[in-house]
Amino acid sequence: MPKVTFIEHNGTPHTVEIAAGKTLMEAAVHNNIRGIDADCGGECACATCHVYVNAEWIAKTGLPAEGSQEASMLSFAAVTQPDSRLSCQITITPELDGLVVRMPEGQH
Amino acid sequence: MTEPTPRIVIAGAGHAGGSAAAILRQLGWKDGISLIGEEPLPPYERPPLSKAWLKGEADAESLALRPMAFYNDADIDLRLNTTVRRIDPVAKAVTLSDGDTLHYTYLILATGSRARRIPLPGIDLDNVLELRTAADADKLKAILGAGKRLAIVGGGYIGLEAAASARALGAEATIVEREPRVLARVACELLSNFFQDFHRSQGVAIELNAGVEALEGADGNVTGIRLADGRVIPCDAALIGVGAVPNEELAKDAGIACDGGIVVDLDARTSDPAIFAIGDCTKRQLPMYDRTMRLESVPNALEQAKQAASAILGRPRPAAEVPWFWSDQYDLRLQIAGIPFDATEIVVRGDIAAGKFALFHLTADGTVQAIEAVNASMEFMGGRRILQRRKKLTAARISDMSVTMQELAS
Repeated sequence: MPKVTFIEHNGTPHTVEIAAGKTLMEAAVHNNIRGIDADCGGECACATCHVYVNAEWIAKTGLPAEGSQEASMLSFAAVTQPDSRLSCQITITPELDGLVVRMPEGQH
Repeated sequence: MTEPTPRIVIAGAGHAGGSAAAILRQLGWKDGISLIGEEPLPPYERPPLSKAWLKGEADAESLALRPMAFYNDADIDLRLNTTVRRIDPVAKAVTLSDGDTLHYTYLILATGSRARRIPLPGIDLDNVLELRTAADADKLKAILGAGKRLAIVGGGYIGLEAAASARALGAEATIVEREPRVLARVACELLSNFFQDFHRSQGVAIELNAGVEALEGADGNVTGIRLADGRVIPCDAALIGVGAVPNEELAKDAGIACDGGIVVDLDARTSDPAIFAIGDCTKRQLPMYDRTMRLESVPNALEQAKQAASAILGRPRPAAEVPWFWSDQYDLRLQIAGIPFDATEIVVRGDIAAGKFALFHLTADGTVQAIEAVNASMEFMGGRRILQRRKKLTAARISDMSVTMQELAS
């Protein structure tokens, strides 16, 4: 099963396994990782599963398409960066095994 | 006698209760957590029940807030098919439906709300349904399909979402609403009209100003809804969606202050300092509007779960949030931020006819109280920020699409 690593804002890393086909948000929620709130449950309706994708992974995860729902939601999320994504919009594939993302200071 | 080990008992394993258990672990509560749920399923998402679940696009696994293994791994004593029957606030103990007694250090009431029942003749016929739980949704799903006829009493979110799902499954849907418009309690007239028109364009029949006299049946099954004017809407199933009432009886019986909901402060604490209450069952404070009310929403359940967990663990109170709600119908996404208390003016931004717009509700001094956005996530997200900052805006600026939401919110 692919492994992904979430790094809390304070630097604490959490590496978890998640089946391909699930989303990165589900990997965090299923493992009760602090810092991903996921209020809407993965509907791309709340922007509380915001992560920063580590530079070496951006090519594989991609960035939100301009004008997409994700881009709209991110435009007003707390503390966005150019490498911001909503983790509910990243579907895990074998190619994402080893993915590392960092979490913002807060989701609200 | 030895002191019992510290334990938090959570009465109710819905979105609020399940999230409270998880957040308590995230914030570092190391002692016992007992999570008591009436339903046979571990905590799950209710919003998809009227949408993806009905349409067969979700299963029990995808509905679950967390996989079953989580509760074991996190050492959460999850007891399903069980309810809290009684609270003894002096002994700090609860009695469960299976006869067990649990001592608590803190008790969190997350008892939710139940569908309002209307005392209509025929209400006990088979296939007269409500939609609160996965079991309810399963019953509805089993009888929906091509050519089936669903009659819906109540044009609120549940009714509208169920109508949209019924149409997606090829069933006929008729909404019967007592008020002159759908969403009468929760949306403004412009929005009601937009949704009415859209549902009608999708083949949903909507009867407004329509009182229901009785449910008619044959061989124990519902066959139609008889209206006050004598007409009968024939159906294979009737869905009653006329609001919810808070499950506050358990608290009331224990002498905890209730007032159409369990009364809580901004730490989600009840009148008993060892007892908290969260989610649909609470009557809460809304500091940004200087009011108290009941909020039936997932974001509210999560916010109060965080409040209670933070208070129990002695952490700072989380920042107050702007209330928000969402509803998906067909390819329409409705997102609402805030509540339009005392609003005197509605300003449209965008194009209602094109199905992409937001309605800004302003008070007399121009303060934005609420924003209703249809397929306009940017307006919704920007709107939350505008509300958070209690900004005042002019109608001219709001409706001017050359002014970006970033500019409006800054």
